[in-house]
Amino acid sequence: MKHLLSTADLSREEAIQILDIAGEMRETGTRVVKKLPALRGRTVVNLFFEDSTRTRISFEAAAKRLSADVINFSAKGSSVSKGESLKDTAQTLLAIGADAVVIRHPDSGAPARLAATDWIDLPIINAGDGTHEHPTQALLDAFTLRRQLALRNGTAPTGLGLDGLKVAIVGDILHSRVARSNLWLLNTLGAEVTMVAPPTLLPVGAGSWPCKISYDLDAVIEEGVDALMMLRVQGERMKAAYFPNPREYSRYWGLDDARLGALDAAGAETLIMHPGPMNRGLEISSAAADSPRSTVLDQVTNGVAVRMASLYMLLSGDLI
Amino acid sequence: MNYLIKQASILGGDKQDVLIKDGVIAQIGAVEAAEGVQVIDAANLVLLPGLVDTHTHLREPGREDAETVETGTRAAAKGGYTAVHAMANSTPVADTAGVVEQVYELGRQAGWVDVRPVGAVTVGLAGKQLSEIGAMADSRAAVKMFSDDGICVFDPLLMRRALEYVKAFDGVIAQHAQEPRLTEGAQMNEGEVSSILGLPGWPAVAEESIIARDVLLAEHVGARLHVCHVSTAGSVEIIRWAKARGIQVTAEVTPHHLLLTDEKVRTFDPVFKVNPPLRREEDVMALRAGVADGTIDVIGTDHAPHPSEAKECEWGAAAMGMTGLETALSIVQHTLVDTGLLGWEDVARITSTVPAQIGRVADQGRPIAVGEPANLTLLDPAARWIVDPSAMATKGRNSPFAGMELPGSVRATFFHGHPTVLDGELATPRRVDA
Repeated sequence: MKHLLSTADLSREEAIQILDIAGEMRETGTRVVKKLPALRGRTVVNLFFEDSTRTRISFEAAAKRLSADVINFSAKGSSVSKGESLKDTAQTLLAIGADAVVIRHPDSGAPARLAATDWIDLPIINAGDGTHEHPTQALLDAFTLRRQLALRNGTAPTGLGLDGLKVAIVGDILHSRVARSNLWLLNTLGAEVTMVAPPTLLPVGAGSWPCKISYDLDAVIEEGVDALMMLRVQGERMKAAYFPNPREYSRYWGLDDARLGALDAAGAETLIMHPGPMNRGLEISSAAADSPRSTVLDQVTNGVAVRMASLYMLLSGDLI
Repeated sequence: MNYLIKQASILGGDKQDVLIKDGVIAQIGAVEAAEGVQVIDAANLVLLPGLVDTHTHLREPGREDAETVETGTRAAAKGGYTAVHAMANSTPVADTAGVVEQVYELGRQAGWVDVRPVGAVTVGLAGKQLSEIGAMADSRAAVKMFSDDGICVFDPLLMRRALEYVKAFDGVIAQHAQEPRLTEGAQMNEGEVSSILGLPGWPAVAEESIIARDVLLAEHVGARLHVCHVSTAGSVEIIRWAKARGIQVTAEVTPHHLLLTDEKVRTFDPVFKVNPPLRREEDVMALRAGVADGTIDVIGTDHAPHPSEAKECEWGAAAMGMTGLETALSIVQHTLVDTGLLGWEDVARITSTVPAQIGRVADQGRPIAVGEPANLTLLDPAARWIVDPSAMATKGRNSPFAGMELPGSVRATFFHGHPTVLDGELATPRRVDA
């Protein structure tokens, strides 16, 4: 593995290996001394062209726990806002002595472009590009699902996929890089995916995706689902006529208290996931977010482990 | 200097000798070489009328870093062209007699091809007020084609008025069909590939709805409409319907839309970023069929050179456009001739005869006959070559065909009897004042 750009690039073997290594990394996070010496002397640059506190600090924590040096480069207030090109920024980082680049960019494909050009020859990790992909989010979601199931079954998660698991991804699929990365990875790991959204928030062309498509969240819940991944609905969507107003969205596609009640009444073991940050009261009610089904904080913890595993695999040699 | 083209296959037909004397075709048949006549062996070459492009961006004035009239027309000559229509989106915009005369004069001085400036439909391409269409038509540039290319004349009332008004000057409106609201922020064709790449989609309906509206407007006011760079299967159907109804509409397709699909965007390499976007395989096939059955009238390159920094960036930040003058005839051969859809007579029609008629370009697109101006192109259809943008005459390095092996090599171009290209290399421009 030279770069981590898209979950579509991962074989089942590679994906499971990352999850297994993340499992080991997660164990070290429970120790008093959380640090590993694996990447001592290496420099990881977090190149963030888009605001993101959560993902950036997760990558920062991951790199630091592996003893790497971390440089945070945020486009705001930097020379990028003065018109510096991606090429010049990347080459500047190389000249500074970076060993790997973690990039978040508002344009789909920017990390792929960095990886494909001869501007720099460094491992690139995609930390979210436009509405394209967010592979470490999908990996941490898969890790969370796998671990929760293993805990429930009293088995060890190591080496397992997600075969036969039913996962519904609910919300703004059109603009979601999380949905796309999850689609490919969940399929690779053997899960069955259903995308649930208003038709305006599903891309034209999604009919070709390896998943089911539904406009009806209640029907999907009634059919039975092992996990509901709720996606954040961004405020600006309201202005662009994707749906009439937040209340109507919430009534049809929000995980509200009534739907939470339906899960409980059916005795379902459905997990509730959310990549954060949540809009409580819009796509997810507070009761749902705080219920025992919710894996929201577990996802954050697992995010550090998955990013440690990704950095480790890219920087300390090919394991496959 | 006079020239004797020996044993050329005229429009792919019988081999004949063609004598060019004082800028015109003086004799066709078996012609003996005489003193003072340069003989060109064309035993394996096809003789075509010089190509006429309906859609070229020469970038001058304003963006001389991207292209100049000199470099753009060199590229045209090398591609077998003897005339190009220079689009109006320069800086300043070609919306006055002054600017179109400047471009015309630059072309005349360069001497590689006839440069026919296109006038803007609206002042500053702003879509608010008609440009001085009459003044441009009556200028030395004698503008006949008007276009806001790059921007759609979206306001239906303004489009109606433009179509009506140009009738007074035997003009034509060349429309860039793109519904602006449906394409806000659009980056690529909307479909399966865009759904995976997460790039904002450019729906086919944004092109088709404008074409449907415009053909109805053209019918209503009895005006000529030319549709630039048709890119979807639906557009072909609408134009086919309009023609069957007798509406005066002509349509153009670019070479790149005849070959490339949105699958190329998976690389995220902005060399494939273009307006209108690369579409699906079904669209490519429908466009080829549209050319074959005459629904699409002409090949227009939409040659759009950009400086390297405009493409050496992420997809979203990159400029739209591709070069095309030096690869057009090869792509036409590859997609339409070698596939059996067209013969060389048809190629002459879509690359020269009809383009010249649409733009009312005198002395271009004429039959290969005695007494006609010697605007001619010699093509070696058996040659194969690998596209190398750095070896091109255009300043633009943004060829989407880079690295591809293509058939057909332009061996010579005669511009009013003067060879601008000989032995496949640029020769000299035609100096009118010398």
